[in-house]
Amino acid sequence: MAARGKRVGMEVSIAVAEAVKYSDADVIAAYPITPQTHIVEHLAEIVADGELDAEYIPVESEHSAMSACVGSSAAGARTFTATSSQGLALMHEILFIASGLRTPMVMSVVNRSLSAPLSIWGDHTDIMAERDIGWIQFFAENGQEAFDLVIQAFRVSEHRDVLLPAIVNLDGFNLSHVIEPIVLPKIQKVRDFIPPYEPVYRVDPDKPLCFGPVGIPEIYTEAHMQQNEALKDSKTVILEVWEEFAKKFGRRYRPVEGYRARGAEVLLVTQGGISETARIAVDRMREQGRKVGLIRIRLWRPFPFDEFYEAVGKAKVLVVVDRAISMGGIGGPLAAELRTALYHRDPRPHVVNFIGGLAGRDIRAVHFEEMTNKAIAYAESDSVPIYEMFGVRE
Amino acid sequence: MSAKWPTWKELPLGATILEPGNASEYHTGEWRSMRPKTDENVCITCGVCWLFCPDSSRKLAPRQKKHPESPYMQYYDFDFNYCKGCGICARECPTGAIVMVAEEG
Repeated sequence: MAARGKRVGMEVSIAVAEAVKYSDADVIAAYPITPQTHIVEHLAEIVADGELDAEYIPVESEHSAMSACVGSSAAGARTFTATSSQGLALMHEILFIASGLRTPMVMSVVNRSLSAPLSIWGDHTDIMAERDIGWIQFFAENGQEAFDLVIQAFRVSEHRDVLLPAIVNLDGFNLSHVIEPIVLPKIQKVRDFIPPYEPVYRVDPDKPLCFGPVGIPEIYTEAHMQQNEALKDSKTVILEVWEEFAKKFGRRYRPVEGYRARGAEVLLVTQGGISETARIAVDRMREQGRKVGLIRIRLWRPFPFDEFYEAVGKAKVLVVVDRAISMGGIGGPLAAELRTALYHRDPRPHVVNFIGGLAGRDIRAVHFEEMTNKAIAYAESDSVPIYEMFGVRE
Repeated sequence: MSAKWPTWKELPLGATILEPGNASEYHTGEWRSMRPKTDENVCITCGVCWLFCPDSSRKLAPRQKKHPESPYMQYYDFDFNYCKGCGICARECPTGAIVMVAEEG
């Protein structure tokens, strides 16, 4: 499809900041942390230069950043923040409050490992520790997605039928710090795409309400049920928004993206930036006549069960690559999710889980081929390990 | 479960409380295990208990007979809907008019 807009080479972090400007955010409260810094630095410039009429709140920590965002959203402002790693961990308790209070906002999480050992490099350890916060969660594969998903996330998050905060994940450095061609639409077109935010309940001195009261045992279960139903139902709105986005901007998004997946017997399953490398591996293996494809989980929460089953089709082996580990447990969080989702299916494929790409360690195309070969061997011998730490020095 | 509780569909978004000032409907006095008791013949209506009460649960009640050291025909009694029985009033009372007794049942 022809690109609708100007194609500009820019660092992906800058593109994310531009997406926030295009989305006409009202409040940005953020604290810098590698590798997220360029996003908030550029946003600070955009606001200081008068390119965006917004409040930029330079808070003293990520805990404060998320707290300020909750207040800002409750006041009815379009709200954005971004963080990484330790910063996301420091936000932890407020993340549950943001979703529980149904305060829409968008956060770009530039995925990075957690200390110790101290590491600034990319993997999914930070976000997988925040899996259960009740936010909508997307994974971007490239710069254009990181840009588009921010715009779409504002639209979804503030939708009357959703009213939940949303995270757009992008890989630290491998995605955040690379320069890519980004198709920039007309700014007015984006602003027309996202209508003004109209909260149901708003912090207002003239009409006092109590936000975040104690949820006594007679209330808490119902509040959780309501929130969970809203998160599950948000998929309907996400699909509608993606449909409209495709019509207006010419780029189509799906919860689960397949690449040469049709008729594949072996499917690589990935999230985020490594998916592009995985495609190269799939092309090479297809050239050898092997029935290998790729599926990529773009929508992580709510988990798109139906789309996942459809994408899996009649595949016999899933090679799931996780960039995080649930230590002492089931291994990769993605593989654990997929295995559980498949448990009652008959027939169900073997799920072979590799933990790799931790803290910026490269996964190259040849590694995906190696994992595929190993997975097939495990499946044929009918002795599949729960998970394997890929490429570790023994 | 009691019919007065809302279903998950009826609960206001995010469990927000829409009516301001409704904390008074929640009778925290139900938590009490010790109950303060005032001897109206000893109370001089100085108001120290009223000042110290963290739950604003002190209220004036009419006296049966005049106190020799107090011009007031009222003394400080309790609003047991909100008194949690913390005992601060009994500790602070300068005349020792308040004692704490165990709740029965």
